[in-house]
Order: sequence, then C-alpha cells, then structure tokens
Amino acid sequence: MSTPTANPVYKLELTSSPHVHSRWNTKQAMWLVIISLLPPVVASVLFYGFYQLFVILVSVGVCVGTEALIKKARHKEVTISDGSAAITGLLLALILPPNFSLFFTAIGAIFAIAIGKEIFGGLGYNIFNPALVGRAFLQAAFPVAMTTWAIPNFSDAVSKATPLAAFKFEKITADLGAMFMGNISGSIGETSGLAVLLGGIFLIVIGVVNWRVPLAMVLGVIVFGGIFWLIDPSKYPNPFFHLLAGGFMFGAFYMATDWVTSPLTGKGMWMYGGGISLIIVVIRLFGGLPEGVMYAILFMNGFVPLINKYTKPRVFGEVK
Amino acid sequence: MKKQVTLWQDYFKGIWEINPAFKQILGTCPTLAVTATVENGIAMALATTFVLTFSSFIISLMRKLIPSQVRIASYIVVIATFVTIVDLVMKAQFPELSKSLGPFIPLIVVNCIILGRAEAFASKNGPLRSVLDALGNGTGFLIALVALSAIRELFGSRSVLGLQILPDTFEPMIVMILPAGAFITYGLLLGFSNTLAERKKRIAQEELVRKYKPVQKAGSEEIISQEA
Repeated sequence: MSTPTANPVYKLELTSSPHVHSRWNTKQAMWLVIISLLPPVVASVLFYGFYQLFVILVSVGVCVGTEALIKKARHKEVTISDGSAAITGLLLALILPPNFSLFFTAIGAIFAIAIGKEIFGGLGYNIFNPALVGRAFLQAAFPVAMTTWAIPNFSDAVSKATPLAAFKFEKITADLGAMFMGNISGSIGETSGLAVLLGGIFLIVIGVVNWRVPLAMVLGVIVFGGIFWLIDPSKYPNPFFHLLAGGFMFGAFYMATDWVTSPLTGKGMWMYGGGISLIIVVIRLFGGLPEGVMYAILFMNGFVPLINKYTKPRVFGEVK
Repeated sequence: MKKQVTLWQDYFKGIWEINPAFKQILGTCPTLAVTATVENGIAMALATTFVLTFSSFIISLMRKLIPSQVRIASYIVVIATFVTIVDLVMKAQFPELSKSLGPFIPLIVVNCIILGRAEAFASKNGPLRSVLDALGNGTGFLIALVALSAIRELFGSRSVLGLQILPDTFEPMIVMILPAGAFITYGLLLGFSNTLAERKKRIAQEELVRKYKPVQKAGSEEIISQEA
C-alpha cells in the first residue's frame, strides 16, 4: 500500500464496495498463495516425475502471457506482476492428470485466462474460478486425455484407476493412509492430502484465506457423506474416504476459497461451503462421473452473488 | 416526412445492420443446435430462408385481410404450410440431411426470425419489399450459421464441409461439437460483432465532432453530444 510519504505522486483509486479486508495487499497475498502451493508442487514431482514441472511452467507461462496480451490489446494497465495469472496457471497445472500434453495445457491456460477471467473484465470481476473453468473446458474438449492416469512412483498398485473411479465402478475402497500421503493415482497436485493440508493450513494461519469455507466443506462432507454411510456402509464409502479422495482437499483449500468467487459474509461462507460439499457427495454417489469437486465449486460460484445479496448485514439502526 | 428507404437497403440491412443471429438475437435455437457441421448449418439456413421468403410474401399480400386479433394464428398457418413443404421435400430428396437435422426442420414453424419479420415488416410493407427483407434476413442468417458452424466443425472434427483441414496430429476438441461449444462460439462471435459495431459508431461520432468543430460556439458541444 503506497502512502503519501513513501510515494509523493500517489493516485487515489476509487472502487465501489464490497471490499475484502486483509492484512495483506493483493500482491503480497498472491505471492503467499504461490509459496503455499510449493508442497503440492513438490509432491507432484515426487510422485509423478520431473515432466510435471514442464506442465506447470507451460501453464504458468501461457497464463501470464495471455493476460499480458489481452491487457495490452484492450489498452489497459498490464497487471501481471500481481501474480494472479501465475496462480491461475499453477492451480490449473496441479489439477491436471499426470504426463499431460503440453499443447493441451496451453489451450487450457489460454481458455482459463481469456474466457474464465479477462472476458469479465479481469481480476475481481470474474464469476467463476478461472483455473476450474480451464479444467472444465479441457475435460469437455479432451475427455480421453483428461482421464488417462498414471501409477505414482512409490506405489505397487497395478490399476491406474483413481480411488474414486475404482470405488464407483468396481466398489474397491483404497487404503486411507496411501490416500493421505498421495500414493494413489489422480491429478498431479491433488493426490497428496498431506501436502495440500500443509499449504492450506499455512494460508489459513497467515490469514490469506478465510477458515470458514474449508471448514464448512470438511464438516459438510463428513455430515452428508456420513448420513449415506450410516444408511448402508456396504454401498456408500465412509466420510473420510470422501475427504481424502480426488480433488476434495485441494478444492477446499485453494479453489473454493478464491477471494473473488466466494461469498463475503461469514454466514454466506458457511452456506457456500455446505452447498459445495452436498453437491460433491451427490455427484460422487449418484452422478455419472466419479468426481464432482470441480463442477460443485463452479456451480456454487454461480450462486455467490445471490448468497451475498441475501446475507448482506443490516445497516446499524435499520428498521426492517 | 418519412425517410426514403431504397429497395437495396431493405435487402442489405438484414445482412449486417439487423442480422437475425447477431443483432436481433432471434432464432438462437437452430443457431446453437444444428451448427456442429457446416453442411447442416447451410441446409438449415436455406430451409429457413425459403420459408421466410414465401411466408413473408403471402403475409404481406394478405396483410389488409387479416384481422389484427388473430394475426399470429394466421401467420402460423401460412408458415406451417411452407414448413411442411420443406420438410416433405427434404425427406424425399435428402433423407440423410433430413435425419441429421431431426426435429429442427418442423421447428422452423416457431422460429422467431420468421414470426418476427412477419410481425415487424411483412405486415406493414408491400410484397416486393417484404420479399427483399426476407431474403436479406435469410442471407444474414446463412452468413451467421456458416461462420458459427465453420469454427465449430474446424475445431470439433478438424474439417470444414467434410474436407479435412487440420492435420491428424491435432486432437479434435470434442467440446466444440457439444452444446457447450456452441454457446462459447456464439458468445465469442456476438462479442466480436458488438466490438465491430461499437468501433464503427465511435468513428462516426468522431467524424461528427470533427465536422462541427470549426464552427463551434458556446453551448454547441451539447447539441453534438445529443446528436451522437
């Protein structure tokens, strides 16, 4: 934050409410998010090899480049140094399957920034999480490549199926310990619950993301998943399987907590997190797809303006 | 006094100025549904143009006879007649095409381009101008559908009009032949056409300002901005 003494030619920038308030400014917070993503990046290289670094680099590079190009073309200030495009690229790379084609990664990155973010006006105006928009596009465009999994390095598994797919189609429940460490097949950054938890708790402790959304999602999935598990334990997985499987942890800590696309009020955050976990459980148990975190978060993103409207705090002294 | 509109303008306005797909946003249902291939897009646009032209002609001939309370029902009868002709001819002559367009040929009956032109133009103008207006709108619709379907077919199945253009190494994007791809492409094209229209408007505005600048007096700026 520039102060008049530090920078004599300061510009007064006016934006309309609501404002997020935080002890970090946007730039600092974005770089802290990037730091917090280091454990999942390390885990992805550890489990799936060095090639994943190229995917990450291509994704980040194309995202930043696309943002710079679009800002230039629209004669707007180039704001790539705030790191938001880099984060989108990093998040997008981490939710891709292992050994993903670099060309497809670039297409997804262009789509995430151009359609997911810049078409709405850039950072702060997008309705949907850009990284998830990119992944949803790739999922629809290249369904085969997006569901080709690999066996992680330290695993003695013979099946490449993700735990969720294995459960959905063959009723095999994976070992929860292996799922927590990340020794299972899945998207490169999401498989290791431990790495995601490390980064996520770091973000919450330093106050970059609000604790309510992840907590609401974790509690929600335990409650909703638990209800079905209690009804029929042989047919439905136990709630901890839900917690560790697929992209749940990554979604809860990094995707659903995006400042721009999550609600502003405390009550709204609980509703939002609870809604996401309910949709995740419903898709996983009754949907055609094995995993539903991405669609659940995108779906609830669409509800955020409505949630904000109905949970708006009353003005002091206002009479209903 | 009413401004004189030439016959050529009546035809030409449908192509860009009031393009059914990009300016009036009419007929979005077939626009999105049948544009997975260029062949389907052209067939749909031609069928619509045929129905549009003949129903506009008949409706404009009968415009003084139809009581305004039952005009929509009367228009639908006229339109349905021509749609039936198109549907039966396509079933007999182009069974493959008819199958791939499916229910969208019978659905031309409720296509809002045809009803919209009947209501907005053919019911108020003579037969010659109505036919020209219908042909112009049909041409505009054809251009829109070809643009949309060319993009979708190129990325969705690597080809345009069945001819392969992109190499085999290019993995086709399945999303482009799905409804989601139709919405994305349509949205992008709409945004593009709006950008073009806005730029044209801005240039015209600047021209106007430049024209009036030398004789500008106090207060004349307001008049210019009102005109613009």
